[in-house]
Amino acid sequence: MKNIRLIARLDIKGPNLIKGIHLEGLRVIGSPGEHALRYYQQGVDELIYMDCVASLYGRNHLGDIVRSAARDIFVPMTVGGGIRSVDDATQILRAGADKVAVNTAAVANPQLITDIARRFGSQCMVLSIEAKQVGPERWEVYTDNGRERTGLDVVEWVKRGVAQGAGEVLLTSVDREGTRKGFDVPLVKAVTSAVSVPVIASGGMGKPEDLLAAVCEGGADAVAMADILHYKRADIGEIRAVAQAAGLGVRNYERT
Amino acid sequence: MSAPDVTVIDYGVGNLLSVQRGLEHCGASVTLTADPERILAAERVVLPGVGAFGNAMRALEQLNLVEVIRGLASRQTPLLGICLGMQLLLEESEEFGITAGLGLIPGRVVPVPAQSVSGQAQKIPHIGWSALQPSAASSWSGTLLQDTRPGDAAYFVHSFMAVPTDPAHRIADCVYGGHLIPAVIGRDRITGCQFHPEKSGEVGLRILRRFCAD
Repeated sequence: MKNIRLIARLDIKGPNLIKGIHLEGLRVIGSPGEHALRYYQQGVDELIYMDCVASLYGRNHLGDIVRSAARDIFVPMTVGGGIRSVDDATQILRAGADKVAVNTAAVANPQLITDIARRFGSQCMVLSIEAKQVGPERWEVYTDNGRERTGLDVVEWVKRGVAQGAGEVLLTSVDREGTRKGFDVPLVKAVTSAVSVPVIASGGMGKPEDLLAAVCEGGADAVAMADILHYKRADIGEIRAVAQAAGLGVRNYERT
Repeated sequence: MSAPDVTVIDYGVGNLLSVQRGLEHCGASVTLTADPERILAAERVVLPGVGAFGNAMRALEQLNLVEVIRGLASRQTPLLGICLGMQLLLEESEEFGITAGLGLIPGRVVPVPAQSVSGQAQKIPHIGWSALQPSAASSWSGTLLQDTRPGDAAYFVHSFMAVPTDPAHRIADCVYGGHLIPAVIGRDRITGCQFHPEKSGEVGLRILRRFCAD
């Protein structure tokens, strides 16, 4: 049985860990370093850092945060937000990231997906998709942290992105993000059915049990969690136990 | 006691920062270099690597490091190959046609099976945390897994796997789609890890600590 991955997602604005609703109305949670270390010590499988305002200002400010995290956190880190070129990706990987997530710049220039995948390998190139439902079983791709519509259909775009070389997909439901209403399972299913690379479901996890539908019905390979962890409504150990009790494979982790 | 010295071969493939940070966390003093003399004189050597087998071998050849790394074996220098660095230890790889490797451990690098044993398509690359288990002919005592418990999970990202010809060189496996995938291989003082110990939390750090004490 394949193990699903439990991922903590840290949305960052300037020096702060923040959390919004529908990727908007950002509220400061605290220090990214302290939260990341706590999730690592609880046995999180991976971390995702997203610079929420990077696209707006055209650059990613996460270098220092990632560099400092890489000193005492030894699980994979994905970093996204404002990555517009192979050089940007190189910088963030040098700071200690293992993978880069690209959304806005990939929509503007799909060749960037191929360029990053060729340079660093597909496993390093995560296609980040912000999806909003626009009709029954239809979702549109948004960019700039849920602010700009693109006219692209999510299922068509994910197929294109994977064909261009994306090795993994971070799929964020803008509708569910920050709402604690559970994942948009039909969206997850539409995407996992369309591509063969791993898909990370993001947006809406309100309680540990929410991940079961995303994985069992949606086919997600991993779930990204923010709100539920930041507000300490559950810790990684409790979430892992819920997954395990439901018969899902998870990383064998013993607190040391 | 002074910090153990670890030399990481910097041949332009992949991100060495994480390996360096992991080793430093274990108390090592780390040198990144492609200088043949320094590598030959090293106390212990890490061969990292991410990307394609052929590119990596070409890079090692261009830097005149192929014979240098082979020389480490005869000097009994502890050598740890990580991920692609593990695969390079073998004789050859099937990735993009047959390419010769370093030949320090007899065997071949082949694709991770695209179908599970029950015939279902499975995702390639194999990405994620998988439990380590002793290979059939193996005991972990005296290896870098001395402090590892069967069932401890490590972080894998790979599309190819390094299969030694001699089962005695196989130390640990993981299971993917019902297939046994070599996770740790070794011969004398040479060890290869398919997973990333520097990204495998405490389980990985224990392996690096053991390497630093070797």
